[in-house]
Amino acid sequence: MAVAELPKGPSPLRSASAFFWRRPSALGTVLGAPPILWLGLFYLCALLALLLSSFWQVDSMTGQIRHEWTLANFHQLIDNPVYRKIALRTIGMAIVVTITDVILALPLAYYMVRIANPKWRPILYMLILIPLWSSLLARVYAWRLILAHDGIANWAIGLIGLPPGTIGYSYWALWIVFSYLWLPFVILPTAAALERVPSSLLEASADLGGNDWRTFLRVTLPLAAPGLLAGTISSFSLTLGDFVTPMLVGGAGSDFIGNAVYNAVGVANNTPFAAAFATVPLIVTALYLYAMRKMGAAE
Amino acid sequence: MMQRASASLGRIALIAAALLVLAFLLLPVFIIVLYAFADSNVQMWPIAQFSLRAFHEAIANNEIRHAFILSMQVAALATLIAVLLGTLLAFTLYLYRFPGRSALSFAVVLPIALPGIITGIALNSYFGFVELRLSFWTIVIAHSTFCIVIVYNNVMARLQRLPQSLVEASMDLGADGFKTFWRITAPMISSAVGAGALLAFALSFDEVIVTTFTAGVQTTLPLWILGAIRLGQHLNQVNVVVLVVILLTAIPVLWSQKLMGEAGRLHK
Repeated sequence: MAVAELPKGPSPLRSASAFFWRRPSALGTVLGAPPILWLGLFYLCALLALLLSSFWQVDSMTGQIRHEWTLANFHQLIDNPVYRKIALRTIGMAIVVTITDVILALPLAYYMVRIANPKWRPILYMLILIPLWSSLLARVYAWRLILAHDGIANWAIGLIGLPPGTIGYSYWALWIVFSYLWLPFVILPTAAALERVPSSLLEASADLGGNDWRTFLRVTLPLAAPGLLAGTISSFSLTLGDFVTPMLVGGAGSDFIGNAVYNAVGVANNTPFAAAFATVPLIVTALYLYAMRKMGAAE
Repeated sequence: MMQRASASLGRIALIAAALLVLAFLLLPVFIIVLYAFADSNVQMWPIAQFSLRAFHEAIANNEIRHAFILSMQVAALATLIAVLLGTLLAFTLYLYRFPGRSALSFAVVLPIALPGIITGIALNSYFGFVELRLSFWTIVIAHSTFCIVIVYNNVMARLQRLPQSLVEASMDLGADGFKTFWRITAPMISSAVGAGALLAFALSFDEVIVTTFTAGVQTTLPLWILGAIRLGQHLNQVNVVVLVVILLTAIPVLWSQKLMGEAGRLHK
């Protein structure tokens, strides 16, 4: 044994080190088992439970879940126009919000990376991180205060002499608040992608007579597109899964998929139906991820 | 000349747009700060009078105190579990190539890549299925599961930028695997682990969607806020609590930003 021939007797640590060096798979098992077991036991099994229970049903007599296979939940989803409307409303909002965020993110990201003094860049990043990470609930609540009848929005409208609007508790409010909430998620990857565009290419484009706008459209944007698209995954999937925003700033009858799931569990105690409805954002998100990958979005 | 003028005009418009977007991002945060100091039970703008009354009332409120303590306990425990498991996971996926590795690295990020409602209802169905009653522990399990991803992302990003030559040099100079880990690898990743821990704490402390489905009768601070807003009760105290939640989430994030050293390297 090589270890035994070392001049000094090997310390236990050293022989353990040598043991793992010769058998890397043993160390890999020791390191990897706890997190993989955790995620397998609590996350993948939970996803499996979600899929399984979407094919079960609540017994209307006893209120207990019956473990019998049925497509009833999915039939209900497809046949009932209310649920179809909720699903389309949610997906439509996710698309509109994502487009809005791209339009808002590009100028700020471009400014941060290409125009602002690099000295200020860390501060700009920080100013974007504060709203990104400060409580979601707090930010939705802030918008509720702003858009309320006696809020700042109407006060500002009054200042320029217009009658107070009714933005609060409407689709407009949802559009503004969702776009606001996920904007930093789109800005950060976009800025990172813009940063990676080599400036030599921009200079080459300028030398060849391309003006700023043309250089942006023909060189910068195509090269930054993967980062931008990766950012839209967040804005899209987060809109699909939120129920807090519709609950707090949406009007009556503006339920989203999240609210329908919330009500199915919390009010109707019908977990199987909630699980079936939750497969809709799951599938839509998966399709969106797939489409983004096809379009070259960064991993 | 004409082109130069239009270019600089375009540039001014771009800067104006960028600053407007930045103002849009920060306005609500300012609003929260202002409203917390409003001396009024009705939420009105402009704020007539400022005082610390709502702070006194919020501190005296037992429900808020219980919810605050519960959220702190959950966040602390979830962070601890996430730091241990997230770091281990990053090392495993960084060091080893094994069958199913790419599937695993994809599955790992699902808890935050998928809409929160899916994680929430999945765990709710699962706990029901294995007959685990919703309690403090089910919240901790749920929060740890998505916090692991945060720590993993930060540690993995750091590992990928570590120069392998330092590890090789240490081994060449006679250090064994453990010594190399303690003297070389650990110091170089510690700030990434710390940053991941701070982010995990912030994320757990204000999480509401997954918590709704895993808390049962427990009330975390975000759940208290949500309930109070829906019922329209104690709204002046809500303003204060919301400010506290913002501070308790923003401060760890800014701190972790400092730990990671470079801007824009946080991985959510």
